[in-house]
Amino acid sequence: MSVPISWYLLLAAALFAIGAIGALTRRNGIAIFLSIELMLNAANLTLAAYSRLLGDRAGQMVVFFVLAVAAAEAAVGLALFIGIFRLRRTIDVNRINLLRW
Amino acid sequence: MDALSLLWWIPALPFLGAAVNGLLVRNGQKGLVTFVGLAAPGASMLLGLTAIWQYATGLAPEPLRQAVYSWTVGEMSIDVAFRLDPLSAVMTFVVTVVGFLIHVYSVGYMGREEGYRRYFSFLNLFMGAMLLLVLGSNFLVMFVGWEGVGLCSYLLIGYYFDQEFPPEAGKKAFVVNRIGDFAFLVGMLALFASFGTLEFGEITERVLAAPEIAKAPYVFGLSLAGFVTLCLFIGAMGKSAQIPLYVWLPDAMAGPTPVSALIHAATMVTAGVYMVVRTNVLYQLAPEISLFVAGIGAATAIFAATIGLAQNDIKKVLAYSTVSQLGYMFLAAGVGAYVAAIFHLATHAFFKALLFLGSGSVIHAMGGEQDMQKMGGLRKHLPLTYPTYLIATLAIAGIPPLAGFFSKDEILAGAFAGHHHLIWGVGILTAGLTACYMFRSVYLTFHGSFRGSHEQEHHLHESPKVMTVPLVLLALGAVTAGWIGIPTGLWEMAGFADHNVLHHFLSPVIATLPGVDTGHHLSHSTELLLMLVSVAVALGGWLVAKRLWGGERGLAADRTFAERLPFVQRLLANKYYVDELYDRVIVRPLAGLARGCWKIVDTLLIDGALHVGAFVTELTGDLGRFSTTGNIRNYALYFFAGVLLLFWWMIF
Amino acid sequence: MSTSFLDLLLGDTITRFVFFPTVAGLPLLLMRRAPAATVKIYALVVSLVELALIGLFVVGRWGSTGALLARDAVLPWIDLAPLSVVYEVGLDGISLPLVLLTGLLLPIVLLGSWNGIDKHWGGYAFSMLLLTTGILGALVALDLFVFYVFWEVMLIPMYLIIGIWGAERRIYAAVKFFLFTMAGSLLMLIGILWLGWTYGRLTGVWSFRYEDLLRLELPIDQQLWLFGAFAIAFAIKVPMFPVHTWLPDAHVEAPTGGSVILAGILLKLGTYGFLRFALPLFPHAADRLTPWLLALALVGIVYGALVAWVQVDMKKLVAYSSIAHLGFVMLGIMACDLVAWQGALIQMVNHGLSTGALFLLVGMLYERRHTKKFEDFGGLAKPMPWFATVLVFSTLASVGLPALNGFVGEFMILVGTFKAGWRWFAALSTVGVVLAAIYLLKMLQQTIWGPITREENESVPDLGLREALTLAPLCVLMLWIGVAPKPFLEPSRPALAALLEDYRSRCAEPAPDEPLLAPARVSAGSPTFAAGVVDQEAGR
Repeated sequence: MSVPISWYLLLAAALFAIGAIGALTRRNGIAIFLSIELMLNAANLTLAAYSRLLGDRAGQMVVFFVLAVAAAEAAVGLALFIGIFRLRRTIDVNRINLLRW
Repeated sequence: MDALSLLWWIPALPFLGAAVNGLLVRNGQKGLVTFVGLAAPGASMLLGLTAIWQYATGLAPEPLRQAVYSWTVGEMSIDVAFRLDPLSAVMTFVVTVVGFLIHVYSVGYMGREEGYRRYFSFLNLFMGAMLLLVLGSNFLVMFVGWEGVGLCSYLLIGYYFDQEFPPEAGKKAFVVNRIGDFAFLVGMLALFASFGTLEFGEITERVLAAPEIAKAPYVFGLSLAGFVTLCLFIGAMGKSAQIPLYVWLPDAMAGPTPVSALIHAATMVTAGVYMVVRTNVLYQLAPEISLFVAGIGAATAIFAATIGLAQNDIKKVLAYSTVSQLGYMFLAAGVGAYVAAIFHLATHAFFKALLFLGSGSVIHAMGGEQDMQKMGGLRKHLPLTYPTYLIATLAIAGIPPLAGFFSKDEILAGAFAGHHHLIWGVGILTAGLTACYMFRSVYLTFHGSFRGSHEQEHHLHESPKVMTVPLVLLALGAVTAGWIGIPTGLWEMAGFADHNVLHHFLSPVIATLPGVDTGHHLSHSTELLLMLVSVAVALGGWLVAKRLWGGERGLAADRTFAERLPFVQRLLANKYYVDELYDRVIVRPLAGLARGCWKIVDTLLIDGALHVGAFVTELTGDLGRFSTTGNIRNYALYFFAGVLLLFWWMIF
Repeated sequence: MSTSFLDLLLGDTITRFVFFPTVAGLPLLLMRRAPAATVKIYALVVSLVELALIGLFVVGRWGSTGALLARDAVLPWIDLAPLSVVYEVGLDGISLPLVLLTGLLLPIVLLGSWNGIDKHWGGYAFSMLLLTTGILGALVALDLFVFYVFWEVMLIPMYLIIGIWGAERRIYAAVKFFLFTMAGSLLMLIGILWLGWTYGRLTGVWSFRYEDLLRLELPIDQQLWLFGAFAIAFAIKVPMFPVHTWLPDAHVEAPTGGSVILAGILLKLGTYGFLRFALPLFPHAADRLTPWLLALALVGIVYGALVAWVQVDMKKLVAYSSIAHLGFVMLGIMACDLVAWQGALIQMVNHGLSTGALFLLVGMLYERRHTKKFEDFGGLAKPMPWFATVLVFSTLASVGLPALNGFVGEFMILVGTFKAGWRWFAALSTVGVVLAAIYLLKMLQQTIWGPITREENESVPDLGLREALTLAPLCVLMLWIGVAPKPFLEPSRPALAALLEDYRSRCAEPAPDEPLLAPARVSAGSPTFAAGVVDQEAGR
């Protein structure tokens, strides 16, 4: 007797919601990153769950892609934040608004 | 030498002279300038006279046409071609002879001018253009000359370009002429569209072959002939200074005096008359326009004569006199006396050129002074200028047997014979006025006592030979030029064979149309009576002038006149305020319109609309800009909102 | 036999003289450090070689009828079925005068900009050379796609020339110029695409070739829309009233050389476009809209002249006079008469010569006095007699004085228009002749005549040798065309006659209800090019 798919989905939805709210409300750049990772992993969870349910390994393959992209993104993002921190002594995104009009 | 085959050299030589003087010779080489400047028109004159002689004595009386090269081909095929026929022969004679004499005179008159080379270059250019005009075999060549003389007129009026007024006067002349040219151009277009050619000969032939084509209605209730002649006549009005386009000619006196003599008296301004006579076949088919021509001519004649009475500038008097005499010529052409028009043109060229050169001699002696109020008694100091000026005055006044008498008499006889009695009346009145104001100028200038400053009086001297010899030669012409056209009636009365040379010579040029009555049918007694009347009127004018301005009376008459009738005096002295009227009614509204077009239509409406469009775009951008806060979380929010919206759209 | 683009570029071809300026100009971009004189002389030599290339190409190719007919081998360019775009260029009597004028003006412009341009001369010269490629390409293009590409290629260098080397308000003027032209050309692009698509619907292959598209018979409503799109694009370029306001700004702000090229050739692309594309492709629509376009041309003549009259800036006066002169050209083109078309074509050249000279003269004056306002001049004939002479000469040519070039064009246009039955338009447009005298003589009056009112004007140097060399060829041509226009008119006549015959015969047939494909007209010749003898092997 396996875990029903709805449980996976509920957990993923919860993770996604936490990630989304975090990404929208946190001011620390690193925290936003973590939140985004949460959202990505929520998606990963859904993919893996469906992969098992449907017996199709394509879903799991996509998960690996997402992991790889997330890792790359984290690397670039952290590098950017380090750069910004060196310049501005802060990674508070409210104060990094160079793109304003 | 076969001068006829060298016909095209007649206009080409002066052009060559102009080019050499204008481009190759340097300012300092005065002798060379004089040589080139005189040799070119001189050679042209000799060639012209030889050609005319060969043509007139030749066996074939038909016109000689010489095509030099084709200007364009194809559907619109026009040749650069010249034509020698009696009419152009007479014109060439007048232009080359008078022109050459004035060139010679200029050597003395302009001798000390800085722009001597420029002057001769332009004057030669003028000769070339004028000869192109009279020798051209089609309207196009004529038009090239027509505009060319206008250009030279512009350049020579503005000869003293470093002063304020002369260039302005030149501009006015050019622009007013252009107004006429525009009509000329339209007339040419209509002719070409209807006949497919601009050759004088061909057009005349076709019209004679089928007059009904020319009589067919065209526009405005005018026939084709009517429309074309009207357009051409408007062109003539501009060039020959007729009402309402005469205003440029008095101002044109700002140029050097020999220029006034050559261009604005003897040759260029008569081009309009030449054109009307050249196209007489069309005018004969358009009686209503012919009458209009006669009317305008008569009105101009008397109108300008009255202004001439009240002018104090010696050149202005002559200018208005020219306008008036040109009116006479149009009067003649309008009533169908084409030969008389050309006759008067020729005699007028001699005596008017003489008058202008005489006035130039006076101005030369007076050190540049042109105001007759400061002259008087010059006859002692200018022993050669005075008699020649007097001869010219007698000639223009119409005292027999000088040139003006015969030509003017023929015009008046023509008007009378055509039953245009009103026009005849105006003409005879003008004859009286002419005698009056011309003798006024003689009395004020040469008689009485000197009214200028001591310095001027001390300086008075007769002009050098190079100036007086042309005066004498022209005076000879002013006396004898009329003898080629002694009326047939006089010969017959005296019991001789008809020796009216000019009539016989020119008659091939005047088209005879069936049903158009051109002949003069005056009995000998009427003709004699008319002559007596005109002589009497001329003598009357002279006597009046003598009574008013003769002897020591000086300007007293003018002053009395100004006191008694200040309004009329001011009206005349200010030339009926026509310049002011044109300025108010035409120039200023047009300038206002132009400014309106620029400031309102261009700047306000078109660019305004454009700027409004640009502003709206910018505004939209500005408003949209506020959404870009630069805050990364706001963007994330938009993103999520978008995703949610997308979900909503996908699910529902 | 397969020809590559490189073969064309190296052979004795049209392509060679089209692309030569740009290719030869590339080193200019690398010559940043080179002495100014080297850059200038190199550019001048390139322009002279270009002139020689055009001259040599033209000289060897006169057909037996006195007409010139040459085309390069057709190269496939984009070949994605069903889309087929080819590179096809050819030269005939209609493009010939303008091609020659372009070749002539290029060295004159570079020589005229010798001292006037004080920064990035190399970049300026390269822009000019690139512009030349664009102009020549647009003039010889026989594929509408190619035409459009060249048409846009012209836009950018001109934008840069105005925007970088212009006067104070250069950015405003450059943007205005760009937006106006762009707006028009986008409409044209839609029209071109529509044509290609329609052709594709009928045959299964999209084609933009001029000759293919000429075979399209479109219903009248489509023709009207498409003609409208083309006409607006071309009218903006001409420019016709009321889309002319970019011109005065562009001229006033552009450097001398830019103005000369702009007035001399760029504007002619608009009138050329009408003659080459808008009229032959959509004859019924053109026929129906003729009175309106004639009216606009007439308004342009009078309006341009009037506004020119009240200008206080010498260059702006000349700019507005261009509007009036181009109005005459449009009048001639829309009159659809052989004489009028000949006149219009020669008038395009005339305007390039006389207005080019006038802009050069204004530029020379500006270099000396750093002003273009009339109030700062007056009496210049005294210190600058030769300048005054040339100015008077060019002005008179512009006024349309007989025996100078302007008259030839105006006269033929008027005769043709009158003869074609548009009497009123011809008669009224002669008002423009009068007004031309008024405003151009005003210009003379306020610059060279009259007493000297400003001290600075007393010792202005007269023309130098370089300047005289710049102006001399223009003056000689002005006089030559005026006195003996025949040799200048003859080469274009067969081409224009064929075009006119085709246009008339198509107008005579009613427009179909559905798009149709007419058979290729081999015998009658689709205008000018397919007339049997095609010099396909010109490149060998």
